[in-house]
Parts: sequence; structure tokens; C-alpha cells
Amino acid sequence: MRRALSRVTRRACVAGVIATAALVSAVRTMDAQPRTSPSSSRAIVVASKPFGESYILAEMFSQLLESRGYRVERRPGLGATEIAFSALRAGAVDVYPEYTGTGLLAILHEEPRGDARAVYDEVSRQFTARYGVRWLPPLGFENTYAIAVRRETAERYGLHTLSDLARAAPQLSAGLSADFIGRADGLPGLRARYGMRFARVRPLLSSVKYRALAAGQVDVVDGYSTDGLIRRYDLVVLRDDRAFFPPYEAAALVSASLAREMPGAVAALTLLSGRIGVDSMRAWNERVEVEGVPVARVARDALASLGLTSSATVQTAGTDTSARADDVRATRGTLAAYLWQERAAIARRTGRHLVLTGVSLLAAVLVAVPIGLALERRRGAAEGVVRAIGVLQTIPSIALLAFMIPLIGIGVVPALVALFLYSLYPIVRNTYTGVRDADPDAVAAATALGMTPAQVLRQVRLPLAAPILMAGIRTAAVIDVGTATLAAFIGAGGLGEPIVSGLSLADTRMILSGAIPAALLALAVDIALGAAERAVTPRGLR
Amino acid sequence: MTAPRASTGNAPPALHARGVWKRFGSVEALRGVTLAVPAHACVALVGESGSGKTTLLRCFNRLVDPDTGTVFVHGRDVREMDTTVLRRDTGYVPQEGGLLPHWTVLRNVELVPRLRGAPDARARAENALAMVGLDATALGGRYPRALSGGQRQRVAMARALAPRPEVILLDEPFGALDAITRADAQRTFLDVRRDHPVTCVLVTHDLREAMLLADRLAVLRAGEIVQEGTPDEVRSHPTTPYVAELLARAGVAA
Repeated sequence: MRRALSRVTRRACVAGVIATAALVSAVRTMDAQPRTSPSSSRAIVVASKPFGESYILAEMFSQLLESRGYRVERRPGLGATEIAFSALRAGAVDVYPEYTGTGLLAILHEEPRGDARAVYDEVSRQFTARYGVRWLPPLGFENTYAIAVRRETAERYGLHTLSDLARAAPQLSAGLSADFIGRADGLPGLRARYGMRFARVRPLLSSVKYRALAAGQVDVVDGYSTDGLIRRYDLVVLRDDRAFFPPYEAAALVSASLAREMPGAVAALTLLSGRIGVDSMRAWNERVEVEGVPVARVARDALASLGLTSSATVQTAGTDTSARADDVRATRGTLAAYLWQERAAIARRTGRHLVLTGVSLLAAVLVAVPIGLALERRRGAAEGVVRAIGVLQTIPSIALLAFMIPLIGIGVVPALVALFLYSLYPIVRNTYTGVRDADPDAVAAATALGMTPAQVLRQVRLPLAAPILMAGIRTAAVIDVGTATLAAFIGAGGLGEPIVSGLSLADTRMILSGAIPAALLALAVDIALGAAERAVTPRGLR
Repeated sequence: MTAPRASTGNAPPALHARGVWKRFGSVEALRGVTLAVPAHACVALVGESGSGKTTLLRCFNRLVDPDTGTVFVHGRDVREMDTTVLRRDTGYVPQEGGLLPHWTVLRNVELVPRLRGAPDARARAENALAMVGLDATALGGRYPRALSGGQRQRVAMARALAPRPEVILLDEPFGALDAITRADAQRTFLDVRRDHPVTCVLVTHDLREAMLLADRLAVLRAGEIVQEGTPDEVRSHPTTPYVAELLARAGVAA
């Protein structure tokens, strides 16, 4: 029995190693670039932040570069400014659309100042000096903050400007993005400049803000001056009469390595400078956000209308949610029909999701179980070690993902590392508790009859703890499936991808095409590991 | 039915504790105990909870190491022996049986022979089960959970006997059984001792049981042996009021 047991253990270890190797190589393959161009130069990584306009501009960058023969790797919807910029600075991203005001305030942490020209010059100078990062000349439009109210609210209180709003604010409730509530150029600045004091401020996701406003759940929202939804809901944008909001000119932000290695690509991107007017941008946003036209198609039409490509020459790689040249996508239709139509993409993302979850979980098992077993022999240190690992659990996932960008960039690997770290605690905790509390009479008798501590651990404690250990793995796995949806924020793909895009584009069906498979996956994983839990329960204990 | 008498003579005692002190934190569990167990004798350590009887028992297989004093097994200082070997050579029956719940009856009984690498572990286990009156064919494949309390204690006894040890330590082996089952188990124990000479130390709080099963009694109180002798000697000449009171309470006073 003892030999049989250790044979089983050894076999499991070997299987684990082989599976890990297979999965890792699978991940490599998935990350590898499809060779779409004979060019031997590397692919240019084009990223965006998770909102419609950023998707459109990034897709325009991508298609423009592809039309000039460059290979492009798309990383749409990176978490937020912090994540996108860290990735650019670390060289994991080559270009993404950014706004000069954001650069000044959110990245450089400078005071708002001056006119558009002065801000551009300032960020240009400082970014080059500090980070070696280059701002290309502005695209031609500004997308600054817009404070919007319903038309009837504007009429009732006679609101035209932000000064008017400041007077009425104590009667109004505001729904603002979390971002806006915290940033210096957001609510705190508004308070200082206009004395704005709302009756109530609720943090709302960008994607639900306008709906909440239209439904009368809040009276005031923050938005962007180019938002397509402003027109859809017939909202009134209040004039910034004290020039509080700094200029937010859109421009391509280019990594040091791209500027150095591929000047031709930078020149191609510069073709867009000064070409995009605010009306065009608002119209494109409307097509994507209101009409539900795929980003790739809007970008293609936009480039063609600027005379930068002929639509026939555009090639789309078709690898990412927002970028798919899925021209046949119906803009109306039942959820079921939509899911059916998206089945190939859903299957692909589910596969990626499983790899993210599976690899991180396997790695966590291989590390956490030995730690848990080792702690049984060092009980003095055990609680401290387990708690220290538990602290990892308290780091918000987005923060953990953001911390890792400077260290390991973006994409699948940092997502795996983050998921791995989150999986450790439940497994270490259950392994340790399980072996520590294994039937004390049995353990005492085994010791008294001459089993060595190692034999007691392997032949008595471990089999008796197996169900508890497995329950820990099960907990970790289900948490993993959920947390892995956040990996989309750092460009790791998976079922979070349509959730992030769908939230940004206010596309419920798109959100559900990620959320429903993710929920089913969590359920399936739970059921499968529940069966495993029963299977590892020794017969004598069932 | 009489237990075999201990062999006497000049041979060294099979087990010998000499001047043993043991303290757990602020509690003095053993206070200078000396006890010799002749080969093939059965000595019962009797006393109330906290008297130190279990601590003394555990000194013989090094589950407890004395603070001072020496413990000898077959004339050898246990500190010079390999703990693992000592324990494999010493049978042990704990109160709750201590069977490994994830192993079958046979696997449990095979435990020590297999730890020693005996090629005939299965045969030894079947033989040991027969010694305690259990049918290996019927019960061998069962798990401990599927056994009655009495069966579990017999399996624990078989497990201790399977390697044919010269010494068996029993810690309240029948304490958790109901009266009828207990009487059966005691009878089995006496049968085993009659057929197979083995040195036993038996811990019990039950003076009646001690007198039935053991050749000699050692009465412990607060870490000291207050009286030692054959059951008859103790019954007819209690040396302290405490022993007299124990005899009276157990209803076995002369």
C-alpha cells in the first residue's frame, strides 16, 4: 500500500509536470504572432484604453500601419491610464491614443495650466525627458470633460454654464466615474474652482452613467465632449465658463523603442495628425456606441474617408474582440442569435480562459501543497506564513495587475502570475489545516507503532487531509475563473475581453457573451472538482 | 482461568524505570518513579486521571522522555536505542484503538510487519486476527468505521501482536467499551497471554480490571507509586489509606 501510494504520488507529479509544460507551450503558441507579413521586423503593439473612442483610434492606428505593411499586435482595452502608460513605458506597448490633459495631470501630476498648445509642448518635453516616450502631433480634436444634465433639468434650473450648476448643485445628485471623483482635474478641482457641492455623489461606471441619468436616478454626470451618447439622450452639456478643465487634445503616444527602431511606422502614424475634427470623432463614436457598428468597420471607413487607405486594401487580423472585421454582425437580434454567431470567438476565449485558470492553478498546487505540508513540521512559523500569503489575497486584483506591468509587462504571463498568487492562499491554508488536524488518534497510534514523521505525513496525514486539500483547490479554481475575467485589462484575453469591451461600448449582449460562459465555466469547474474531492476521499472515510 | 505467573530468577527485568521524573510545564507528572517488570509478566499501572500512569507507560516506547532517571528495555538504556526500531519492537494499544480510518482492517494489522519489511506481513496479520478471535476473511477487508467498538479494540490488539513483540503497552485498552463487550475483550486478552508469553504493561483506572488481568499492580498517586505488589498482597495489605479507599470503592477490599 505504501509503495502503491507513493507510486500514485509520483505518477501524479509526473503528470503535473507534463501538463504544465504542455500548457505553457500552448500559451506560448497563443501569444505568438501569426505571420501575416513577410516583413522580418517585429510586430507593433497597438493598445487602447477601455472606452469606445480609444478603441476606434487604436484600431485606426492598427489598420493604417497594416496598410503600410507593418505587422500589428492589438491589445485593446488595457485597464486604465496607469496600466496603459506603464505598459508603454515598459516597452510592452508601442503606441496608444492618449490625451494631453491626462498626460499632464494624471501622469506628470502637474497643475492644470494654459492653453492647448502650451499643454502639448509641456507634456511633449517632459515625457521625452523623463520617460523617452514621444507624443506625436495632436490628431486634431479635443475630448475634454463634459458635465451633462437632462434637458428638463437644465430648463428647470436655468442651467447653461458650470457656474449655474454650482448654484443648483445642492439640490442635485451626481453620478460620476470613480476616476473623476478622485482626480485633481475632476470633482475636487470643480469644488475648488466653482464651489460645486452636490447633494449626493454616487460613483458609477462610465457605461451605466448615461443610462442612470436618462432614467432619472442621477441628475448630473461627467462624460467626454465627444461622447456619442450625449446626442442619443438629448443631454445638455454645460459650458466650462471659468476654463477649469484643462485641454485634452488627443494624440498618439509612442514608445521609445518604436520611435528608435521603426521611424517609418511613426511617420505613418503622423499622417493622422491634425486630420480628425471633433465632429468626425463624435460621429464615429456614435456609430460604435449608439448604433453598435463594429469598431473595425468604423475605423476602416474613417481611414478611407480621410483618404489614408482605400477600404479594399485594409487587412484586419481579426484576432480581437473590438477589432474583428465582423461585418456581418447584426446590430439587432436576440441574445441567443448573437451568442450563436459569436460561438467561434466564445470558444476561443473560453479556451484562453481555461489556459489562464488551469496553468495558474496547476502552478499554485505545485507550490502551495508542499508549503502546506512543510508547515505541518514547523508549526511555530505556520500561522505567520499562512497569514502573509493571505495578505496577497487582500490586494485588489486590478492593483496587483497594475503593479506587475513594470516588472513583467502585459499579456498572458503577468495575468498568470497574478492568478497564481491569488490561488496560493486557499490551497496553503487547507493543506496545512488538513494535515495538522488529521485524526489525532490515528496519528498518535501511527507514531507510537514506529512510523517515521515522513511516513506519518505521507501515509496518514496526507490521505486523511486529501478531501480538505482538494476543497482548497476547488475554492481557488472557482475564484480563479472569476478573477481571470479581469486579466482582459492587461491584454491577456479570455472571457473578460468582451466584458470589458461591452462595458465600454454599452453593449449588453457583448458583456453577456463573456459573462455567461464565465459563469458556466465556474459552475463546471466547481462540479468537476467536487467530483475530484469525492474521488480523493479515502474509502474508509466516505 | 489464571494468568501465567511471571518468571522469576536473576534475569534482568524486561522493563525497568529507575528514578524517573517528568514535568510538563508546572505539573510534575512523575516524581521519582522506579518500577521493574519481569519478562512475561503483566503489570497494571492503576490510578486516577493525572496520577502519572500513562506518562510512565509512554516512557517505555519513548513517546515520553524522562527529565531525569533512566528507562531500560531488556537491560538497554532506551536513550541509546533507535526510537523507530524501539517502537516497532513494542506493541501498543491505545484507548480508542487508533486505527487508521483510511486503511482496511488487514492493512492496519499489517502495519508494523510492513514497516519492518516482513515478506509474510499478510500471513502475520491474519494470524494475529485469529489470536484475538476475529475472522480475517469476514472482517479483513472492512474499514474501521464499519466495525463495532469491541471489534475495533480487538483489531488494535491484533495490530500490536502481529509483529510478535516481546513487550506490549496497553493504555486503557478496554476503557471505552460497554460492560459486556469489555468482559469479552478481557477474556480474549487473557487467552492471548496464556498462549503467547509476552511482557505487558497495562494502564487502567479500574482496580477490578487490574486485579483480573495483571500479575502485579503498581498504584500511582500524584506521580508516585504508593504501593506495588501482587493483587493478593495489595488486597490483603493495603499500605496506605488511599489504597484502602480505592479497594473499598472498587468493591474488592479483603
